[in-house]
Amino acid sequence: MSRERLVVVGNGMAGVRTLEELLRHDPDRYEISVFGAEPHPNYNRILLSPVLAGESTFDDIILNDFEWYADHGITLHCGRAVTSIDRARRVVIDAAGSATGYDRLILATGSLPIMLPIPGRELPGVLAYRDIADTQAMIEASRCHRHAAVIGGGLLGLEAACGLAARGMQVTVVHLAPWLMERQLDATAAQLLQQSLEARGLDFRLASNTQALLAGPDARVAAVQLADGSSVAADLVVMAIGIRPNTLLAEAAGLECARGIVVDDTLQTSDAHIYAVGECASHRGCCYGLVAPLVEQAAVLAEQLAGRGTLRYTGSVLSTKLKVTGIEVFSAGDFQTDPGADELVLADPEAGIYRKLVLREGRLVGACLYGDTGESSWYLELLRGEHAIAELRDELMFGRPEATAGEPPHAPEVARAAA
Amino acid sequence: MPPLDDLPATRLAAAGSGQWTSPPARGETRSTCCYCGVGCGVIIETSLGADGTPAISGVRGDPDHPANRGRLCSKGSTLALTASAAIASQVRAGEPELRRVRGAARAPVDWDEALDFASTRLLEIVRAHGPDAIAFYVSGQLLTEDYYIFNKFAKGLLGTNNIDTNSRLCMSSAVAGYKQSFGADAVPCCYEDLDHAATVFIAGANPAFAHPVLYQRLRSARQNNPAQKVIVVDPRRTDSAEEADLFLQIRPGADVWLFHGMLKVILQEGLADPGYIARHTVGFTALQDLLAGLSMDEICAACELPLAQIEEAARAFACGPTLSLWCQGLNQSAAGTDKNTALFNLHLATGQIGRAGAGPLSLTGQPNAMGGREVGGMANLLPAHRDLDNPLDRQEIARFWGVPGLPARPGKTAVEMFEAIRTGEIRAVWIVCTNPAHSLPDQRAVHEALARAELVIVQDAYRDTATAPYADLLLPATSWGEKEGTVTNSDRTISRVRAAQPGFGRARHDWQIALACAQRMETALRPGLATLFPYADPEDIWNEHRATTRGRDLDIGGLDYAILERAGPQQWPYPAGAHEGQRRLYEDGVFATADGRARFTAPAPRPPAEPADRRHPIALTSGRLRDQWHGMSRTGTLARSFAHAPSPVIELAPGDAHRLAVAPGELVHVTGRLGSQLLPAAIAPGLKPGCAFVAMHWSDAHVSGRARGGHVHGPNELFAGALDPLSKQPELKHTAVKVLKAHLAWHWHACAWIEPDRMLDIQQQLRAEFKRFSYAHCVPFGRERVGLEWRAADDYPAPPDVLERILTRLGLNQAQVLSYQDARRGQSRRVRVSDERITGFSVAGDARAAGWLRAYLEAGLPITFAKRRLLAPGATPPAETLAPSRILCNCAGVPEAVITAHVSKWLECPVTEGANEGPGPPEQTIMASLRGELRCGAQCGSCIPELRRLIRAARSQVPSEAGS
Repeated sequence: MSRERLVVVGNGMAGVRTLEELLRHDPDRYEISVFGAEPHPNYNRILLSPVLAGESTFDDIILNDFEWYADHGITLHCGRAVTSIDRARRVVIDAAGSATGYDRLILATGSLPIMLPIPGRELPGVLAYRDIADTQAMIEASRCHRHAAVIGGGLLGLEAACGLAARGMQVTVVHLAPWLMERQLDATAAQLLQQSLEARGLDFRLASNTQALLAGPDARVAAVQLADGSSVAADLVVMAIGIRPNTLLAEAAGLECARGIVVDDTLQTSDAHIYAVGECASHRGCCYGLVAPLVEQAAVLAEQLAGRGTLRYTGSVLSTKLKVTGIEVFSAGDFQTDPGADELVLADPEAGIYRKLVLREGRLVGACLYGDTGESSWYLELLRGEHAIAELRDELMFGRPEATAGEPPHAPEVARAAA
Repeated sequence: MPPLDDLPATRLAAAGSGQWTSPPARGETRSTCCYCGVGCGVIIETSLGADGTPAISGVRGDPDHPANRGRLCSKGSTLALTASAAIASQVRAGEPELRRVRGAARAPVDWDEALDFASTRLLEIVRAHGPDAIAFYVSGQLLTEDYYIFNKFAKGLLGTNNIDTNSRLCMSSAVAGYKQSFGADAVPCCYEDLDHAATVFIAGANPAFAHPVLYQRLRSARQNNPAQKVIVVDPRRTDSAEEADLFLQIRPGADVWLFHGMLKVILQEGLADPGYIARHTVGFTALQDLLAGLSMDEICAACELPLAQIEEAARAFACGPTLSLWCQGLNQSAAGTDKNTALFNLHLATGQIGRAGAGPLSLTGQPNAMGGREVGGMANLLPAHRDLDNPLDRQEIARFWGVPGLPARPGKTAVEMFEAIRTGEIRAVWIVCTNPAHSLPDQRAVHEALARAELVIVQDAYRDTATAPYADLLLPATSWGEKEGTVTNSDRTISRVRAAQPGFGRARHDWQIALACAQRMETALRPGLATLFPYADPEDIWNEHRATTRGRDLDIGGLDYAILERAGPQQWPYPAGAHEGQRRLYEDGVFATADGRARFTAPAPRPPAEPADRRHPIALTSGRLRDQWHGMSRTGTLARSFAHAPSPVIELAPGDAHRLAVAPGELVHVTGRLGSQLLPAAIAPGLKPGCAFVAMHWSDAHVSGRARGGHVHGPNELFAGALDPLSKQPELKHTAVKVLKAHLAWHWHACAWIEPDRMLDIQQQLRAEFKRFSYAHCVPFGRERVGLEWRAADDYPAPPDVLERILTRLGLNQAQVLSYQDARRGQSRRVRVSDERITGFSVAGDARAAGWLRAYLEAGLPITFAKRRLLAPGATPPAETLAPSRILCNCAGVPEAVITAHVSKWLECPVTEGANEGPGPPEQTIMASLRGELRCGAQCGSCIPELRRLIRAARSQVPSEAGS
């Protein structure tokens, strides 16, 4: 009996992670093909920032090299985008015009960076920050240009800004919200983050609306024009204002989409043969742009594909870490609170440490940590497990009880001081 | 003559150079200590400031003063520190302040406006309601000259006898007793009698704390005369009791029973002196009849003392020579006069009076209570021990003063005066150098009275006393080191008080203020007549006072300022022509009564006015701390004064605390018939079971909390203060309470180092917050560095704005402070760290960490662990720490733990030859080592009784060698 054909559109983290999980469950069930638009094997997109900052190389962030695909009998169509899906025939058509048949199809098309619809966005020197090519372009720009502006003070924007600063550029971050990473940090933590980044030479224009990008005499971008009339010199502009799920293929194929490709708790789309996973999927109204939900979705989907069908994906508790060396930021869950919310707050301003834990009905529902994120995995565990924390409440801020009980409390501090 | 504070510095210095024995050096001024009635001489050291003005820079005991011979106690030796500019600027009253509308804030005014206001308003009230609508409430801390003017102002010019003094709370039972038994208010003994006494009988006094220099004199006497027997009668095993040869732990209030019982034993055993009784007394038969009706069983039961102890005390007393010492334990009682005369009965029956080493020596609490009595500055007295109810005495003084007559109607005594203010009978009160909103009993009524008075004038050196908020007019007075005049101490010794530096700000001398107002009023009251107040300086007043004494028992006709300058302090009487004062009175057995005979009294024993009963089973008594004095307006400005007794507590006997399940530091409800208040508990092993103790120094300046209709005014609120019928002294030493453990959900404890020139200001600001909590206190701590401790408790967390405001005041709300907040559960913790050391903390909600945080803060221990662990809840520190240890020796700043460790080292040494007190070398050797190596007990000596107790306690814990 011939094996079922599984086709994965998208050679990113979500799709390949699903395959890894599937291979663990049932290595021989499917004949697998993977289409990837980028000319690279699967790499860890999250680690582009250290590459930009010069702390790692591209090779360092490869997750699955070409050998891995070969070893597992996976056909990899590298640098070949899929252009359409023929659901009636159950085939995908790629950029080269060839059709590949499938029994099950996984859409892992990820997301696209949002570009501001403003004059000058097509100018040379204006980039998004999404893939290896963008990273490469930024590294090259940093070699021959001095001033960079990053539009968007979110996670990605700040990583880009820090990376460029580490490469010697004078970087200004232009941000629409009143504080940085407003979706991942509260105002206090953001203030600490900003101080710390300012200490590294970054400039910030907060609560600032970008109106246009202005060209210089060489027709390359030269400045960012702000709504208040001022401008910021920039011969490199990186737009990092957000992403939107890449649903082009799915929409064209008539799959139900609502911002992302709509999936149920088994990651199935409106077509029973087609699944969507990762940033392109819309589950219970949520599209995720982070790695943890992707991993969780991949686990459920792989289990489905392996024919077990016992797991359900019910949504993810979000957590974020900023990957900028020396700055520890972590947030998870529902930590943006109104006055009067049940929250625990700890601050050691001199050490640059801030922690906020949000509780609701006796459970930990949110965490926002700055400066020392050592307990983040414990908090995530408590968040996801929805443990009742009444007993732990007073100790919650001070670390896992058994961890502190065993070791002398000063050991970590000594280690840090010695480092 | 210009006021003294306008005199050039050179003249001040000259005024201060005494001539007797060794003249003090330049920049030194002889004066006296302004605290208790021992009346120690001091040498005030000054240095010249940039503007050439002398400023007090140090103080030491005057080696030539007969009261102390160079010694000073822990309070006296820090006097100069209390006079520092940094403290003065925060607490002293520096300019007159006036409000013309109740409820408005007072505004500074110049002296003329202040005095015009005072005289105009007083005149209005006199004219509308008569002179008895006005009252003066003055102080045993005033100098004799100040007192004289106020007395003449009230009785001579205004025509009211409503002038009384805080000595009413302190001495008046002794006064009434002396007068009743001996015919005059005169202490018949002198301090030197301590050296001659074979038995020293101390009842209701803790001189080790309250009169430390006298107590040290007693210790020296015992060293010189090991046979001397010291007997202490007290419900508490005080430091004085600890060192006694015989300690009678009496049931509070049973003193008359005890004295009668001792007399019964003396008579039964034939130890009385029938000859003395026959020759020099009357009334013995009535007393004998009374005693016959009392059985020894009854007496032992009433006193809760074994017969053998009463017998032993009686025998030692009769044997003599016997000197008795007593203080508030006998005086502050609704039977205070009886307690005094019952004690005097013992002296008379055994002839223990009028000779060296024998007699009743009343200890006075204030530096010049005696002087006040001498000038007649009380509601029932006239100058020079004259009585108001004696028409001849009134006539004599009216003639002497040149006024038509003196009012016959007796004035209101202290407690009565405030009751009359409360009812509206008295409309204006002028309060001088005392703090009735702290010190009187039934504080709620006192506060009500002050709030209701039409006019309140407060004349004080300090601007933030508990009474000051009620003042419509605040008149700033000079204080210690700034005044000129005289005082009389407990043994009739008159000393000159001298100024070493100018008065603070625009403060004026008390006599000057009274005089200026009196002179304004006499132009209206005595138009066209010569002034009654023709004085240019204190010496003029002194000379008039002297003139009133001629021919009286206290005749000081021969004692002018020149003699005091030349020959130093002198005891009265000192009539014209005398060459020295008289050491002892009644040496000839002739008393000051009309027939020359002393009077036996026969008081029937009475229970306290508020006896303990089933609803209020604990007998609450009050007393003094070692390093504080009275309302703490002066001692309380020094953080180090709090080291020995750091915060307000109610002491409970161990068994009672155990029964109530109360641990040290836990809050208890103390509920009496007048009200209820919260206080932290302390466990005092020396306390008689069924008794509790609270220090009388605490008021709402340091500790308070919400109460029905306002806030708690300190422990005195619990004492109803029933009056002794004769002395009118209120019962401030005994009330009945019940004590219950308090279960408050939310506790708050904060400590922070604060700049010395802001600490007292901040403390003052925090007082206003007390009433927001069920319980709150704020006290200084520290020594070289100073800080404030804040503690509060309530049923619910403080509102965030209140919390933030108080934290801001304590400097714990700055950006760099470590913080932990759990608002829902009322948990808020802050730790201020500088240079890896805690400099301040606040723990609210779960405040159990305060103990170790404070230990870190006070010891300046480095933080060796993750700093955020400082914010962790619970009582356990993240690393091993020293338990907090209180400072035992305040002169050298030595903590108890250091002393204990030192003693332990000695006790590990092999037993030396001749040691018979237990393991280790003799006590003197260890004491010498403590003095030599740790410097503790080497200066003022106030801590010596405790050092000895520590040595004995340590010894008792070392297992003795087998068979020895």
